[in-house]
Amino acid sequence: MARSITARRKTINTAIAWSIGLLIFFPILWTILTSFKSEADAIAFPPKFLFFDWTLENYAVVQERSDYTRYLWNSIIIAGLSTLIGVIIAIPAAWSMAFVPSRHTKDILLWMLSTKMLPAVGVLYPMYLIFIKLGLLDTRTGLVMVLMLINLPIIVWMLYTYFKEIPGEILEAARMDGASLPKEIIYVLTPMAVPGIASTLLLNFILAWNEAFWTLNLTAAKAAPLTAFIASYSSPEGLFYAKLSAASTMAIAPILIMGWFSQKQLVRGLTFGAVK
Amino acid sequence: MATKASRTAARMMMAPAVIVLLGWMLVPLIMTLWFSFRNYLPLRGGDLGFAGFDNYVRFITSSAFWPAVLATLTIVLGTLIITVVLGVLLALLLDQPMWGQGIVRILVIAPFFVMPTVSGLVWKNMFLDSVNGLFAHAARAIGVTPVEWIIEAPFFSIILITSWTWLPFATLILLTAIQSLDSEQLDAAEMDGAPKIKRFWYIIVPHMSRAITVVILIQTIFLLSVFAEIFVTTAGAFGSKTLTYLIYQRVLESQNIGLGSAGGVYAIILANIVAVFLMRIVGKNLDA
Repeated sequence: MARSITARRKTINTAIAWSIGLLIFFPILWTILTSFKSEADAIAFPPKFLFFDWTLENYAVVQERSDYTRYLWNSIIIAGLSTLIGVIIAIPAAWSMAFVPSRHTKDILLWMLSTKMLPAVGVLYPMYLIFIKLGLLDTRTGLVMVLMLINLPIIVWMLYTYFKEIPGEILEAARMDGASLPKEIIYVLTPMAVPGIASTLLLNFILAWNEAFWTLNLTAAKAAPLTAFIASYSSPEGLFYAKLSAASTMAIAPILIMGWFSQKQLVRGLTFGAVK
Repeated sequence: MATKASRTAARMMMAPAVIVLLGWMLVPLIMTLWFSFRNYLPLRGGDLGFAGFDNYVRFITSSAFWPAVLATLTIVLGTLIITVVLGVLLALLLDQPMWGQGIVRILVIAPFFVMPTVSGLVWKNMFLDSVNGLFAHAARAIGVTPVEWIIEAPFFSIILITSWTWLPFATLILLTAIQSLDSEQLDAAEMDGAPKIKRFWYIIVPHMSRAITVVILIQTIFLLSVFAEIFVTTAGAFGSKTLTYLIYQRVLESQNIGLGSAGGVYAIILANIVAVFLMRIVGKNLDA
C-alpha cells in the first residue's frame, strides 16, 4: 500500500518536474530548432516545431558572412588564456593560504573577494584610458588581462577550498623526505589537486566565455569574441531569426556542454564556500 | 608546524596574486576618484580643471537620476523576488524522488550558461517581438492583439530575461542547501507527528535561510551591474535606463568623464554596501 502511494507520488513529481524543466529549457531548444529552419519557416504562423525542411544553410551563411571562426578563436584564446594565467598565479597563493595560514589569511581572502564586487562601470573610463595609452584597445592581450583579473578572486577561492581538503600530513611527509617547496607543489600537491584544479579551470573558462561588459566595451573588430559577435545581430536591419539562431547555437553549444559538467563546482565557485 | 623559512616562502607565493589584484583595484579606482572631481570633457576642451563636488551634485540632481534608481530597483527587486520564490519551490521539487532527476537538473541549469547577449537577443526577437515572436503568435491564436513587449513593457521584458538567467543559479544553490539537510531531523519530526507544513516552516526554511541570504546578496551584486541584457534589448530606452547604463552613457556616449566618474563612485559605494553583508556571512563561514 505504502509503496503504491510513493510510486504514484513519484510519477506526479516526475511529470511536474519534467514539464517545468522543459519549459525552462524551451528557449534554448527553440533557438536550436530555429537554427535548422529556412527563414520562412522560422517566422511561420502557426509556428513549426519539428515538421519543417531541416537545413544546415544558416550555419554556412553565418560562417561565410561574418567570419564566425575568427570570433570563436578570439573567445577560445581570451577565455582560455585568462583562465590559465589566473590559475598559474592563484595556485601558489592558494597553497600558501591553505597550508601556511597566518593571522591575515582570512582578511586577504575577504579582501580578494571584495575586488570582485567592484562594479565594472565604475572604472570604465580609467580602463578605457589605460587601454588606449598602452595600445591594448581591441587586442586579445588586453582582454586576457582584464578577464584574468576579474576572475582571479574566484580562482583563488576555489583552489583554496579544494586545497583545504587535502590533508597537510601528506605534504609534511614529502617535506621530511627532503622535497623542496617547488617540488612539493609540483609533484605532491598538484596531482592530488588535479580534480579541483580542473573544476576551477572549467568554471572560470565558462565565466570568462560569457563575460559581456568588458568584451563589449573594450573591443571593436579585431579582438571581439562571440559575445560581441552576437551583439552585432541586435541592429534591426537584416535580422533573420534562423541566422540569429544558428549564430547563437554556435556561441552557446560548447559552453552548455561544459556547463553541464560543472554544476557542482558552480555552487562552490560562486558562493565562496558560504553554501555547502 | 610552519617554519620561519616556509612563512617567508608562503608570503612570496602569495605576492603575485596580491600585487596584481591590488593594482587592479587601486589604479582604476584612484583614477575614477580623480576624474570625479574634474571638469573633464575629452571632446569639448579636455580637462577644464577642478570641479569640487559639482559632478556629484549634478549626477544626483539630473533628471535622469531618480528614474535610473527606480529602474535599477525594479529590475533588481523584481528578479530577486521571482528567482528566490520560484527557486525555493523548484529546489523543493527537485529534491523529491523522481525519474530522470539528473536530466531535469541539466534542463533547469542550462540557461545560466547562455551568454547574456544571446539570451537578450533570443528573448527579444524570437519571443517578445510583436510581429514574429512566439508570444505574439500565442496572442493571435487566442484572438488578442499582440503586445510590443520591449516598448510597452520594458521592465517585464528585462526582468523576464534576467530571471530566466538567474533562476537556475538560485535553484542550484538552494537545492544544494536542502540536500545538506540532515534527513534524520526531518524523520524525527515526522515521527513526532509534526505536519508537513510545520516541518517545512520550522526545519527546512530556517535551514535554507542562509542559502537564501547568500543567493540574494550574490544576485544583487550581479544584477546591480546588469549591462548586456539591456544593451541588446532596449539600449536604455523606454524608461529602462539603470544606474549602470546611465553611467555607461555619460562616459562613452556623451563623453562627460567627470560626471560619469562621479556616478561610478556612487555605484561603487552602493555595491560595497551590499558586499559588506555578503562578506560577513562568508567570513563567518571561514572560521567554522
